[in-house]
Amino acid sequence: MSGLELMAHDRLREMELAVELHVDGQRRAAIVGPSGAGKSTLLRIVAGLRRPDRGRVLVGPEVWLDSGRGINLSPEERACGFMFQHYALFPHLSAWRNVAFGLPGDRRVRRRRALEQLERFGVESLANARPASLSGGERQRVALARTLARDPSVLLLDEPLSALDTRTRAHAGRELLATLRGTGALAIVVTHDFSEAALLADQIFVMDEGRIVQQGTAAELSARPASAFVADFAGSVVLGGTARPAAGGLSEIELDGGGVVNSTDLFRGPVVALVFPWEISLEPAGASHESSALNRLPVEVLSVTEIGNRVRVGMSAPQPLVAELTAESTRSLGLRPGVRVNATWKATATRLVPR
Amino acid sequence: MRRAAFGAALFLALFLVLAFLTLPIVAIFVHTSPGDLISSLGEEDARDALWLSLQTSLAALAVIVIVGTPAAYLLATREFRARSVVVTLIELPLVLPPAVAGIALLASFGPKGLFGGALDDAGIELVLQTAGVIVALTFVAAPFYLRQAQEAFAAVDRNLLDAARTLGASEARAFIRVAVPCAGQGITSGLALAWGRALGEFGATLMFAGSFPGITQTVPLAIFARFSSDFTSALALSGVLVLISAALLLSVKILGRSAVLGGGAA
Repeated sequence: MSGLELMAHDRLREMELAVELHVDGQRRAAIVGPSGAGKSTLLRIVAGLRRPDRGRVLVGPEVWLDSGRGINLSPEERACGFMFQHYALFPHLSAWRNVAFGLPGDRRVRRRRALEQLERFGVESLANARPASLSGGERQRVALARTLARDPSVLLLDEPLSALDTRTRAHAGRELLATLRGTGALAIVVTHDFSEAALLADQIFVMDEGRIVQQGTAAELSARPASAFVADFAGSVVLGGTARPAAGGLSEIELDGGGVVNSTDLFRGPVVALVFPWEISLEPAGASHESSALNRLPVEVLSVTEIGNRVRVGMSAPQPLVAELTAESTRSLGLRPGVRVNATWKATATRLVPR
Repeated sequence: MRRAAFGAALFLALFLVLAFLTLPIVAIFVHTSPGDLISSLGEEDARDALWLSLQTSLAALAVIVIVGTPAAYLLATREFRARSVVVTLIELPLVLPPAVAGIALLASFGPKGLFGGALDDAGIELVLQTAGVIVALTFVAAPFYLRQAQEAFAAVDRNLLDAARTLGASEARAFIRVAVPCAGQGITSGLALAWGRALGEFGATLMFAGSFPGITQTVPLAIFARFSSDFTSALALSGVLVLISAALLLSVKILGRSAVLGGGAA
């Protein structure tokens, strides 16, 4: 299989969907973006559940949709597996009957193959349970078993982890990745969570308001976001301001709302300055300026949130700013809402994007 | 204090509702001994009326389910321009007085009605015939079923139907294997309502099909026929109808709850 080619133009209720994308065979792609960006609509178009005004879906040598030539295969004619956001398990059927639903053959054959599938995902003991009595993680496994039972050549996953609680999500994510690697299918994952996309896919399409705004690997998108939107999505701090050339071959950015920072990127005019939260360090407000970091903003701490062994500190500079620190330095700085500190980072860690 | 008074008012309201709705039914059985009930079953025309009621209501129900289920599914799952008009038209018989329904049926399917000639040419006679009873029952009971079934289908998660399609099911198969079982409870309660309405149908049947023992005299018509001559036996037959209706309602509800409809499909 040489991959999937998708072109779709479709008037939706609130926006115009206009997308062209290509996923190489054997690769895992993710479409990320905020809710309402049109991500799920794209999946539905690939699966044949929605017919766009104009569109083309090519899978290897097969034409699934070509509105120009009047070709539009029905969903059941497309070798396409779709895992829905809340799994859409049939509530009136037991787990094995859910898996057997899409299988051909007589009852005995279908049951045997369904049980094999459930065993593959470690849930064969739940074969006779109805979906309502399963936990979120178990439902996800049954749904995966059901979707993969038909050996689809394209696998579509709509927010595969969002129905799980935060504790099971990380583990389920790694398991899902192993599963996706194990199948020969081309997979497209839709998610609103950049880190989920980075984990599951090697090719990421960032989508906003019906359009693909940037594509690349997770590392590429993080390091070279094409817009403030992508940067924000990839986890960057985004500061709006106006850039002008400054001494030492740097740019100086006058931030909206006050404060000046420097960057090694050269721009003139309205820009957004991007910096990753882990590049920012905090020091007491009255400290002497010892570090080599050129950028130093007085800030007020707004929130302190522990995430595992890291602490995310939300601040006002007065534009919103986020730093990630260890629990140790959070304690030694006595950080809590209301405390005033200085945020510092290097000019070399400051990316500029025109706005 | 005020909160307690409101709570008491709620209970009082429920008590009044319950008393008003159940007292008349209780009264039937106060006046009718079990012996009367059984002896009323011994009369031939009472048995005929019961048998006829059962046959005609089941026949009407079969027609309603076979044609009404796909129609309700269409109304629930497709958007089209005249949809709300169609829904209103379908619900119209719900508010028609039975006498109006009877006249309307005569005006359309009677010998001099709109389709009377066509039916006559086809050799179909409805008026004063058992078939006419079935037509009358279908007319008055169908909206109850259609309404419930439509609501039940509309409540089925569309993703389930989409999932069925991506698992290789045609639209028809998704309807039979997923939509119908998932809407099973609503469908069965619609079935119970329609059946209850059909069993109790009186006015439209009387006007359209008449009241001939053994041919068109269903239980409600038989009760009315006895009412002027023999109140006790009318009461006894009423008691039998109440028991049968209650039993049907109960069994359909139990059937729906145990999801027999759903469990069998795979």
